[in-house]
Amino acid sequence: MSVQYLSSEFDVVRNLERCVSCNLCVRECANGVHRIDERSRKLVVDESKCVDCQRCVAMCPTRALKIVKNENSFKENANWSADLISEIVKQSNTGAVLLSSMGAPKPTPVYWDRILINASQVTNPSIDPLREPMETRVFLGKKPEQIRRASDGSLDVSMEPQLVLETPVMFSAMSYGSISYNAHESLARAAQELGVFYNTGEGGLHEDFYRYGANTIVQVASGRFGVHEDYLNAGAAIEIKMGQGAKPGVGGHLPGAKIVGDVSRTRMIPEGVDAISPAPHHDVYSIEDLRQLVYSLKEATRRTKPIIVKVAAVHNIAAIASGVARSGADIIAIDGFRGGTGAAPTRIRDNVGIPVELALAAVDERLRAEGIRNNVSLVVGGSIRNAADVVKAIALGADACYIATAALIALGCRLCRSCQTGRCNWGIATQRPELVQRLDPNVGARRLVNLLSAWRHEIKELMGGMGINSIETLRGNRLMLRGIGMTEKELDILGIKHAGE
Amino acid sequence: MQREGQVRIPSGCAISAMISLKGAATTGEAITKSMVPMRDRSNGLGGGFAGYGIYPDFQDFYAFHVFFDDVAAQKECEKYLKEGYEIVKSEPIPIRKIPEITDVPIIWRYFVAPLQSVLSRLQLDEKEFVARTVIKINSQFQGSYVFSSGKNMGAFKAVGFPEDVGRFYRLEEYAGYAWTAHGRYPTNTPGWWGGAHPFGILDYTVVHNGEISSYDANRRFIEMFGYKCSLQTDTEVIAYIADYLLRRQKLTLEETAAVIAAPFWSVVDSLPQKESEQLSYLRKVFPSLLLTGPFSIVLGFDGGLMALNDRLKLRSMVVAEKDDMRYVASEEAAIRIMAPNAEKVYAPAGGEPVIFKVQKGAL
Repeated sequence: MSVQYLSSEFDVVRNLERCVSCNLCVRECANGVHRIDERSRKLVVDESKCVDCQRCVAMCPTRALKIVKNENSFKENANWSADLISEIVKQSNTGAVLLSSMGAPKPTPVYWDRILINASQVTNPSIDPLREPMETRVFLGKKPEQIRRASDGSLDVSMEPQLVLETPVMFSAMSYGSISYNAHESLARAAQELGVFYNTGEGGLHEDFYRYGANTIVQVASGRFGVHEDYLNAGAAIEIKMGQGAKPGVGGHLPGAKIVGDVSRTRMIPEGVDAISPAPHHDVYSIEDLRQLVYSLKEATRRTKPIIVKVAAVHNIAAIASGVARSGADIIAIDGFRGGTGAAPTRIRDNVGIPVELALAAVDERLRAEGIRNNVSLVVGGSIRNAADVVKAIALGADACYIATAALIALGCRLCRSCQTGRCNWGIATQRPELVQRLDPNVGARRLVNLLSAWRHEIKELMGGMGINSIETLRGNRLMLRGIGMTEKELDILGIKHAGE
Repeated sequence: MQREGQVRIPSGCAISAMISLKGAATTGEAITKSMVPMRDRSNGLGGGFAGYGIYPDFQDFYAFHVFFDDVAAQKECEKYLKEGYEIVKSEPIPIRKIPEITDVPIIWRYFVAPLQSVLSRLQLDEKEFVARTVIKINSQFQGSYVFSSGKNMGAFKAVGFPEDVGRFYRLEEYAGYAWTAHGRYPTNTPGWWGGAHPFGILDYTVVHNGEISSYDANRRFIEMFGYKCSLQTDTEVIAYIADYLLRRQKLTLEETAAVIAAPFWSVVDSLPQKESEQLSYLRKVFPSLLLTGPFSIVLGFDGGLMALNDRLKLRSMVVAEKDDMRYVASEEAAIRIMAPNAEKVYAPAGGEPVIFKVQKGAL
């Protein structure tokens, strides 16, 4: 037997007093962790294949299973952590770039957790959202600089196309291909019921989902997969993806194994061929090129759709956003360092880009300083984890938030970060029919609606506490925030005061 | 301790206002007395008044009322003013020395006209130029503070109870067709004169009772358009919003009210289509100028007053009338002082603007 350079990451613990050998775990695990030994006919385990997706644990009828961290450890070393050693071993095994998925798991500062929210006491009243109207409707899009009047003296109400959201949270881009048909259907149906939007990502729009077009944002990315005139006109808005927070400066790669059947047809590429999205758009090498693409898409849709330009949060984001705001874009989506992905080079994911909190604060302030904040709406994602993050993002200056990881968790994802393998036991990041069918779109849509409904209640509760009954007056209202445990510089960039000030 | 402007200070308050629809002049005595029964609503840390139609002899000139910390500040400010204006009159504002009002700064007034040569060089209309001058002095000239800058009107304010402030400024010697008044209850203040109300820009003045929760959203939006909120008070930002919407966007008073105290979507969505579209449009275009949290304000302008409550009506405010006179106050008691037999006393609904304009040709 060859040397096993790495021990398994997890241990599978089976309580034999509870196990009834129903073998459900065998059928549920696409990674082949649980198996019946052919000779002994007994349940055996190969924990080296376990990714800790928690599917077997969740399905075991007698709750006999748990997955725990393997206690086997390298000799402690503050410089050479176990992760670093493991990565070197893997690279010396294969000679390859390390791949990961979902957002950066390293302990880089999460500024959301260092920001505290205000509440009313004495001098003005808090507002009870159960008794008083509490408004969370927002409009995304360019606002006119000067009002105009019709000949009868009334306001000329025509304006650039707007997206209306009943709650300022949308599902961000995840392509059909990277996630399953059932996952897309869950998102589409939930968006429709919630009065918000989901985003096709760069995989085209499955013909079955055109009926959710009024709640769909269609994406145009560097590979242009699935882009044609009907597609552009099918959605409520078009998003040009220039970058992604999990992998700024890098394109995308959907392995040929996932390009099967409908995925191939929807992407308009042959089956089994790798779908490679180039790092840049090869027709956008500059800001003036972006402007041309923005206006091409506007013309292709007869100026009826707002254009979103999605960029990764990188060092010079404020200047980039200022350029984008003058490019004709109606909405800028900023995707932060901790944003998720179906697959990214690990080094990129963990080292490139900046946290979205800092990017948002810098962009909002810069656009205001230049007097062009009204030219665009700002949507931020990567990563927004709960209703408090949403409230903080809006108070820093965002118009709305994008969520994706949180939505996947609602669908069953347990962040095992193995999307790139295509063996998602929850039926989300896979194209295998037997796995996809595990995600029932009825259940999925319901869970997503539940999630955002719960967040909406929490957002209203937090707003009411601040004496705010309209989300618009929370936007950019940075006096409602205080920092805790931050340096002067961090507070300065976020444009907030320290707690106690 | 930080001065007002370096720190945001919330405050509760009392307001009162009167106007003659016929444009008949009343002295400042009645409005001063109206504040007495509302003494509990102030705490002696700020009181003020605005009178309209009080400078008929100088009605073509902008009346700048200015506080100076010292003579050096005044000299520097005057030097700057002379670069852009003809100053036709420069004098201290007459005061009455009373023990209740202390720490008096230099209080001066100038009647000025912008120099046409400067206006044409900068390609600015007169009002925009004056507004910029005021904002520049207030944000950049240490020790100078312009607290009134309209034509044929003036604000008078100080640290003290409002009825004392009225006597201090000898308001009984002025006569105007409209008056507003304010008594302040700041929760934490070093007591700076500039922080008292009313706050004004050009002929717009605001007296306000409340604490808006939307303040920083409003401030950061309005500062995109050249305004600088140097006081960090609600009243200041509301005055700038009124100036922006009325003068620069040319909205009507009703439309302005529909922006700053926007009707709820549930109401807008149920209105007839045309009306619903108009209101939706205003809300979509000016979402950051909505004010939330409690407020009752009286906006004074050339030829009229507008009273407005926040959309939940979280602050008291009543209006009443007697003959050609119209009254607004935080409490009916104040109105009864000005007009014991006032009629049709009623409390306007939240977000319902009450607009009084002097009849056409009366002025």
